[in-house]
Amino acid sequence: MKILVIAEIHNGTLAEDQTSKTICAASELSTVDVLCASSNCDQAAKQLQSIEKVDTIKVIESELLSENLAESYSADLIELLKEYTHIFVPSSSFGKNLLPRIAGILDMMIVSDVSKIIETDTFERPIYAGNAIQRVQSKDKIKLVSIRTSNFNSAPSGGNAKIEKLSINIQNKISSWLENKVQDNDRPELTSAKVIVSGGRGVGSKENFAVIEKLADKLGAAVGASRAAVDSGFAPNDWQVGQTGKVVAPELYVAVGISGAIQHLAGMKDSKVIVAINKDEEAPIFQVADFGLVEDLFKAVPEIEKKL
Amino acid sequence: MKILVPVKRVLDYNVKAKVKADGSGVDLANVKMSMNPFDEIALEEAIRLKEKGVAEEIIAVSIGVQQNQETLRTALAMGADRAILIVASTDVNVDIEPLTVSNLLAAIVKKEDPKLILCGKQAIDNDFNATAQMLSAKLDWPQATFASEIDLDKDNCKVTREIDGGLQTIKINLPAVVSVDLRLNEPRYASLPNIMKAKRKPLEEMKPEDLAVDISPRLKILETKEPETRASGIIVENVDELVEKIKKNAGRN
Ligand SMILES: Cc1cc2nc3c(=O)[nH]c(=O)nc-3n(C[C@H](O)[C@H](O)[C@H](O)COP(=O)(O)OP(=O)(O)OC[C@H]3O[C@@H](n4cnc5c(N)ncnc54)[C@H](O)[C@@H]3O)c2cc1C
Ligand SMILES: Nc1ncnc2c1ncn2[C@@H]1O[C@H](COP(=O)(O)O)[C@@H](O)[C@H]1O
Repeated sequence: MKILVIAEIHNGTLAEDQTSKTICAASELSTVDVLCASSNCDQAAKQLQSIEKVDTIKVIESELLSENLAESYSADLIELLKEYTHIFVPSSSFGKNLLPRIAGILDMMIVSDVSKIIETDTFERPIYAGNAIQRVQSKDKIKLVSIRTSNFNSAPSGGNAKIEKLSINIQNKISSWLENKVQDNDRPELTSAKVIVSGGRGVGSKENFAVIEKLADKLGAAVGASRAAVDSGFAPNDWQVGQTGKVVAPELYVAVGISGAIQHLAGMKDSKVIVAINKDEEAPIFQVADFGLVEDLFKAVPEIEKKL
Repeated sequence: MKILVPVKRVLDYNVKAKVKADGSGVDLANVKMSMNPFDEIALEEAIRLKEKGVAEEIIAVSIGVQQNQETLRTALAMGADRAILIVASTDVNVDIEPLTVSNLLAAIVKKEDPKLILCGKQAIDNDFNATAQMLSAKLDWPQATFASEIDLDKDNCKVTREIDGGLQTIKINLPAVVSVDLRLNEPRYASLPNIMKAKRKPLEEMKPEDLAVDISPRLKILETKEPETRASGIIVENVDELVEKIKKNAGRN
């Protein structure tokens, strides 16, 4: 068995939470090598070095890898991957974009969104928006796995991995990066936050979303949203929680003005404690909530914020 | 240009999946099936490109059982020009893996020579999110996944993608594979006259053998079970009570 974890790195910056949890998941099977492929890997490689159970960090540097276009995984890079029996990536937009492309080139299947590792070739993954859990066994020579990071812990530190710089020909003549529009805010990241406050269509407008954000800031929480809230322009797309948005599992998830459609539940029902505030006592969100309050959010939320 | 749109027949998104007690899968007999919602969006985008004069022909392709005909008739009624059905199973409970789907689609691409393939980003039944990426790899074409905006001219395509941090814009050469996200557009409903007209549009049927594609699965499904259910919670009386609960459970970040 030989395992490779592909680190998620954006333009030299390691996505630490996603990568660390993926390493932790993979290392249930054995020690791992980590692929550090980006434009400038020094900082990321150093961070990865101290993670427990990491054996070797394979560094490949190229400007063409900085924004993670999957087409930059050239034939030579794919050759390197063939040395492994398992390849793990986080099931983030980075991993979801990349892994199936690698699989297509290798003519192998993927096992995506793995929530539990059973054996070297057997995994569990949610299907149908989490309404069923499937246990699958991969018959492919290389197991290509993406990890649902909300189901795993971060890897402990204490390692002292080797760093190996590789010179591999990277090419991409068919796609190029133009720009990123990333909103900066001081809040914790949605997928790693311990507390999340999410707003839905019930919040009513972009201006009103300040009510949600104020409560979030009081709690030091990340802000999430339902699809309806994003579609209506109340919140940016990267706040969407759900089957087709982000999957989160914080200590505390506060759903405000969200009805609790199965597609939304798919992204948050593994949260430790769920609080729901909705004026409709019949709202399905109350079926998964540990604590529910039936009240108008514009009355309840500011009052809660004040009393915290 | 020709646009290919793969459309999958899935359990309707409003229907809650029921797991069969024997662990063999999700119950798909006598339940409402529909076109995968993402594929409606992909098809809508193709139709708009045709209306703008950028595309000439839209071909919808579905892989699965004989009943996928209905899904293709819906596609034709929305605005596809013709349809191809690849019957890869006689059992509605058999899901065709993305790798197989991409191999079959690659074979269709060889025959039809489209310049653009618009897929959904994810099938809402198996939730794989893989076909577009696998297909583009097979064809050695560029991929633009999770598209929320597509800006297309004769040779180039600019795509805005929904990524974890926000939005990313990339440029891809044509031919290309694009997988679409929810906010790309609002798909139209088929009008009654168009539903009638769709009955006369061409729908060709094939078998995987006709395309010389091996469809044996790579993943063995050992078991399908219910997720763990949450213990039922309580409704609190007032804000004060809720504040107590929040305080107790909100270890700060
Ligand atoms: C393919 C597909 C994928 C999808 N993926 C996702 C996904 O990833 N994430 C997601 O969230 N959804 C997703 N959806 C959409 C999902 O089906 C629902 O439409 C959506 O989650 C509804 O959002 P909501 O709860 O905010 O809105 P609604 O269902 O409209 O609920 C609004 C709630 O607010 C309450 N309310 C209104 N006013 C007040 C007030 N003043 N005070 C208190 N409560 C109030 C109402 O009682 C109601 O319960 C997807 C759908 C499809 C088809
Ligand atoms: N059996 C199928 N028939 C037609 N298109 C499919 C099929 N399976 C997947 N697709 C296409 O690939 C997309 C992604 O599916 P998946 O990779 O299974 O999540 C779907 O939205 C469809 O566009």
